[in-house]
Amino acid sequence: MIRVVDAGLLTTVQDCGRWGSQDLGVPVSGPMDLISHRVANMLVGNDPACATLEVTLVGPEIEFLADTMFVVVGAEFELWFGEDQIQVGFVQFAHHGGRLRFGSLTAGARAYLAIAGGIDAPVTLGSRSTDLASGLGGRLLQAGDELNTGSGQSGSLVSLGNGIPFDLPRGGATLRCLVGQDVLRFGDEVVNVFTDATYTVGPDSNRMGYRLVGPNLEQVNDQQVLSNATPMGTVQVPPSGQPILLMADRQTIGGYPRIASVISVDQSIAGQLAPGDWVRFEFCKRSVAVAALIEVEQALLHLV
Amino acid sequence: MVGDSAIRIDFGELIDPQVNIRVLAVAAAVREMGPDGVRDIVPSYTAATIYIDPLIADVDGIWKLLERLAAAPVNSHTSSRDVLVPVHYGGSDGPDLEAVASFANCSVDQVIHLHTAPRYRVYMVGFLPGFPYLGPVDSRIAIPRLANPRLAVPAGSVGIAGVQTGIYPTVAPGGWCLIGRTSVKLFDSDRDPPSLFRPGDFVRFEAVAGSTR
Repeated sequence: MIRVVDAGLLTTVQDCGRWGSQDLGVPVSGPMDLISHRVANMLVGNDPACATLEVTLVGPEIEFLADTMFVVVGAEFELWFGEDQIQVGFVQFAHHGGRLRFGSLTAGARAYLAIAGGIDAPVTLGSRSTDLASGLGGRLLQAGDELNTGSGQSGSLVSLGNGIPFDLPRGGATLRCLVGQDVLRFGDEVVNVFTDATYTVGPDSNRMGYRLVGPNLEQVNDQQVLSNATPMGTVQVPPSGQPILLMADRQTIGGYPRIASVISVDQSIAGQLAPGDWVRFEFCKRSVAVAALIEVEQALLHLV
Repeated sequence: MVGDSAIRIDFGELIDPQVNIRVLAVAAAVREMGPDGVRDIVPSYTAATIYIDPLIADVDGIWKLLERLAAAPVNSHTSSRDVLVPVHYGGSDGPDLEAVASFANCSVDQVIHLHTAPRYRVYMVGFLPGFPYLGPVDSRIAIPRLANPRLAVPAGSVGIAGVQTGIYPTVAPGGWCLIGRTSVKLFDSDRDPPSLFRPGDFVRFEAVAGSTR
């Protein structure tokens, strides 16, 4: 069991997401950076589907109420365990009563705290993920909350630095994407504006999506699009012309035209962006997207 | 493909019951067959989107399956249900009812009559857990969305957006014109199934006593 001493800015329980009920309007949710979530679980010997704590920009302080092992993976936070400074990506033994405190952030935006056995939060519709928009799976963690942890497998105490197979964004990132379903509604000139532009992640961005601030994307065909499924990574363009990048807590369906889809691997990089960071988009082929996924899987195979 | 992890098959570009029946039949068949690597299936008005794990799923095989299913005759024996939804129209529960009457150039009672007359099809469920997209709405009351969406639409609110009508399961921001409210619980994650409505079901609205007050 763990106790939340200080909740930080936005700390939630996340597993791999609430898959299988999108036809009833249930959002997938899950980690903003799936790769770091998985790496964190692997380092403490958990199944990748175990729940972790997703920590955002300002981290929490956590007290361990039983002996266990834990690791923090993802954004580069300064970390303190009791009086000792510890490193992101290194598995640590926690004794009963030990306290983990997150300090300042030097790169990325979100980190994942995995504890041996996983966070044993209640399962709603097959998932422990907290969906802040729909309220499924609980709420933001608050000071005083106590969470059960699974009686976990034993983790490996050997770990390899941060271990994530991509470069953490330091102020921004170029995201590779595939051509969107409605790209023809925009015309070549507007598509060039999109790929030449440097957007900024807007202040009203959240786990549902990032509002991007930058050059307007005008449609040449303004006939309404019928709503349909909206995968994570979709870049949609509302009438304002300012694109929105859909993230973990996105709604199941939407009716804005889509200009691009960020590839799966780079969705995790997007998950490490914060308001104020820059974003650029670069089109690639599907074969590149699949090759990138295979590369990540191979890197994870060699991790532990 | 939609991105690198979803496959979408389209059957048209217009809201049409026959098109939607085909979408739901294909979605149900894929669910039944359960090809490897399929993570979720999302039917919408005119398309079925199959979410896949691209490292497990046989994308070409699923495409061939979808094409085969799309060409097959539709089995009409799908299990759809009829649901009656009591609505208190107007007053503070339906703040846009008067506006719809002005739009239609008719009385508030006639708006209620036009809205309660059809047996609506649930074309899809989405936007919020359990939110049903129903239609078609009589063209006389097919009022467009509000120019400025509300920040908080109360749970149970019944709204119109063009030829669509729908019900908000929970408090949410929304731009549909609100004509009434129901106390029926649309979504409960502890219930099985959690959603009152499934795509392909039918809905009728009934005005409860005391409407418009």
